[in-house]
Amino acid sequence: MNSIENVSRRGFLKVAGISSGAFVLGINLPISTAQAKSAAALSHELNFFVSIASDSMVTLVCHRSEMGQGIRTSVPQIIAEELEADWQKVSVVQAKANSKYGSQGTAGSASIRNHFTSIRQIGAVAREMLEQAAANIWQVQRSSVKAEKHFVVHTTTGEKISFGELASHAAKLTPPGSKKVKLKNNADFSLIGKDIKLVDLDNIVAGKAQYAQDIQLPNMLIATIVRPPVVGGKVLSFDASEALKIKGVVDVIALKPRSIPVTTNPLSGVAVLANNTWAALEGRKKLKIKWQHGDKASHNSSEFSKKLAKKVNQQGETVATKGDIYNHQYNDKNTLEATYTVPYLNHTPMETPAATAIVNGNKCTIWAGTQNPQWAKRNVAQELGLAKDEHDNIELNITLMGGAFGRKSKADFIIEAVELAKTSKRPVKVIWSREDDIQHGYYHSISANYCKAELTDNGSADYWISRNAYPPIGWLWDAEAKTPTDNQLALGFGDIPFALNNLSIEKHAVDSFVRPGWVRSVACINNGFALGSFVDELAVKAKLPTRQMWLNLLGDDRHVDPNKNNFKYSNYDLDLTAHPIDTKRMKDLINLISDKANVEQKLPENQGWGISFLRSFGSFVAAATKVEVVNNKVTVLEMHTAVDCGIVVTPDRVKAQMEGAMIFGLSIALMGEISVVEGKVQQSNFHNSPVTRMNQVPEMHVHLVESDAPPGGIGEPGVPPVAPSITNAIYHASKTRIRDLPVNKIFTV
Amino acid sequence: MIKMTLNNKPVALDVDPQMPLLYALRDELKLTGTKFGCGAGQCGACTVHVNGVAMRSCITPVSAIAEQAITTIEGLADNNGNLGESAVQVAWREFKVPQCGYCQSGQMMSAAALLKAIPLPNDEQIIEHMQGNICRCGTYQRIKAAIKSAATHSTVANSVTTDLAGMNNGVEIFDARQLANKKQGA
Repeated sequence: MNSIENVSRRGFLKVAGISSGAFVLGINLPISTAQAKSAAALSHELNFFVSIASDSMVTLVCHRSEMGQGIRTSVPQIIAEELEADWQKVSVVQAKANSKYGSQGTAGSASIRNHFTSIRQIGAVAREMLEQAAANIWQVQRSSVKAEKHFVVHTTTGEKISFGELASHAAKLTPPGSKKVKLKNNADFSLIGKDIKLVDLDNIVAGKAQYAQDIQLPNMLIATIVRPPVVGGKVLSFDASEALKIKGVVDVIALKPRSIPVTTNPLSGVAVLANNTWAALEGRKKLKIKWQHGDKASHNSSEFSKKLAKKVNQQGETVATKGDIYNHQYNDKNTLEATYTVPYLNHTPMETPAATAIVNGNKCTIWAGTQNPQWAKRNVAQELGLAKDEHDNIELNITLMGGAFGRKSKADFIIEAVELAKTSKRPVKVIWSREDDIQHGYYHSISANYCKAELTDNGSADYWISRNAYPPIGWLWDAEAKTPTDNQLALGFGDIPFALNNLSIEKHAVDSFVRPGWVRSVACINNGFALGSFVDELAVKAKLPTRQMWLNLLGDDRHVDPNKNNFKYSNYDLDLTAHPIDTKRMKDLINLISDKANVEQKLPENQGWGISFLRSFGSFVAAATKVEVVNNKVTVLEMHTAVDCGIVVTPDRVKAQMEGAMIFGLSIALMGEISVVEGKVQQSNFHNSPVTRMNQVPEMHVHLVESDAPPGGIGEPGVPPVAPSITNAIYHASKTRIRDLPVNKIFTV
Repeated sequence: MIKMTLNNKPVALDVDPQMPLLYALRDELKLTGTKFGCGAGQCGACTVHVNGVAMRSCITPVSAIAEQAITTIEGLADNNGNLGESAVQVAWREFKVPQCGYCQSGQMMSAAALLKAIPLPNDEQIIEHMQGNICRCGTYQRIKAAIKSAATHSTVANSVTTDLAGMNNGVEIFDARQLANKKQGA
């Protein structure tokens, strides 16, 4: 529940540089902060989210972290909509880590889908207070006044007072309950659904945007760390003498040993601290370290993938079930079985992890790009041994992230900076090299998926089995964890939307060897690849267009409830009534993409279209790709995505996320692979861990469905259907079915 | 002491001559618009101009650029002779190219160098010259569109003010070793 407070007259505002007379609202749960003039002066214990100064300038806080999705525009845009603010008079400041904001965890494509209403309520509370202030001045009923574009207007006389003039009056009022305020009708939106100027665009284009890598402090040391090549490995001994001879190297520090479960702790290792980055990197080259690799050195990902594939061809532990699969006699002629594998994948954000820390006794100041500020703060408090009431001794400043894709949810790199700053008693910036990023990541788990089904006479299928096997993320915290939780199995697996009378969904227990993590769209990557590929394979077997097979499998218009298959379905923490698994929306979208891309057109012999679909994170996305396969080389010719994500806040950013998802999906499908030999990651930089470059990018189109449905997520849902649309297209162009990613194992890309 | 011209101003650096220009810019001169992406000349995030030509600063020792004219993103607007932003920056804003924005300094520097050498590039030329710059967010489609827009808007101005004589037709992405070799050869 929101608890919105009027904090206009609190003493701390003066400390934060807020001019007297400003109207300031604070919050004690879902949202953020704000202050009037000096953004830099915003003190970390403050929890205000909207401030209106006497000159009418409005400052809004974005409490969620920016990694390229545009949330620093969209959150203030929603508040300003309900506030009736003039966007030209709005500035935005970034919230620091503060539990009073409620969730700041920017992951799971959740910012808007889970917080849309509570963000709107903040603007609406402020608006109603300004209206009340005007009504008091005019001595009229509040129903006869109305906020409009930064003024409150008397609806009968037409008289108006500016927000700035009202600020000192509103500052004296008690806020209405956030649930009691009236939110605008969708039809009255003037900012939501419009493309407005992006908050960070000017700074980025001028090269002035500040990322964690860019932090510069007086007396700061720059640290680079050699980490154990195998997870769970330890430093047996090291010789720093040559490293210390490098001019500019100040110290070499062994990080404390860490154990399994690895949690989000650092991996340990040896750090070289220097006055500049170059000296640190040169010093690092001179370190001599003897490692004890530990038992994870037995891991070989290529053998392991085969083991997982073997596993999923056996019956597993039931996740969801309907009817009776195991007493059914499959008709071999109409039955299809397939096993799909996806390798480990890395996030590889363009900005490698970096964090800067100052530790002074039991006080600590940090600058970092983190997707989860409060979790990072708790991790740091634990590292420093702070009591619960001392957590606010930690000031965590959130920078822009140069990409994250899930990587920067984990605070290991922040804890590294804190550990080294504490030991060295100087400000320390930890920087990860590209090699560090690729070799010490939290990888999307290596996986195998299996599907089996029997075609029915009416062009659909039944007696469906889906199985998967992959190291679960839970292993980070529990070394005994071997299977994914129901929440994780809800990602494009236990929520199968098809009209089936007989179904068995099963999981397998799997050991873990490297750090698993959430990579953009998480298990929807492998589950979506299997589902999208298998539907295409069924279509081929039934001699139907793939679109028709999707429509037939989805069946009648209805809302699917996976709970009816004895699966405890979490629906991405969304209410299943407000955010249903709606087969009509699915079929509409599959028809839309098929028509827009014209996927059933006659093509030259070596060309093919592929389509796929997945509902994930509350949104519906279909993808269509056209490829050409000539002389063993795959060329992607054209790509489309169609998205139905309900109400759209910032349309151009939704489009941008879809464009990005196509590129991200291209990387996964064509080239994505982290391989492990004797526990060590084999790739090191872009030459052997390639990602999509401009020469691989085709003509791209995004089709955005207009909708009044509650908003779904947008950062991740574009990714899952892309890879299967590519491999399906490759099949239709070449008759080569790719069940094991990436494509470049078979074809030149 | 290594002397150079940086964004039209003289600068002297007292650092290890082998230090790549990237770290000199960021750590010593506190110009952080130029980014680290790979440290190996593979991603283009660190692209700057040396005498108007795109170069990967992460593999360019400062010794190789002594007495040369360096332009970084912070000086791009001025160097193109515009009062405000360069044509490339204007187009980047118009097409809302950036997502996270981290690679975009390098993308814009590469694009500006391309347009200096080939004022009206075709698709193939754009791809050929921009494929060394990685964008993980996936803004390539908009980068292409922005370059074309910048080209049509700036061609007139460039043809008058830019001295193309003696420059290569293509945009070369030099690394330090090439440049050092050239200097030795001269």
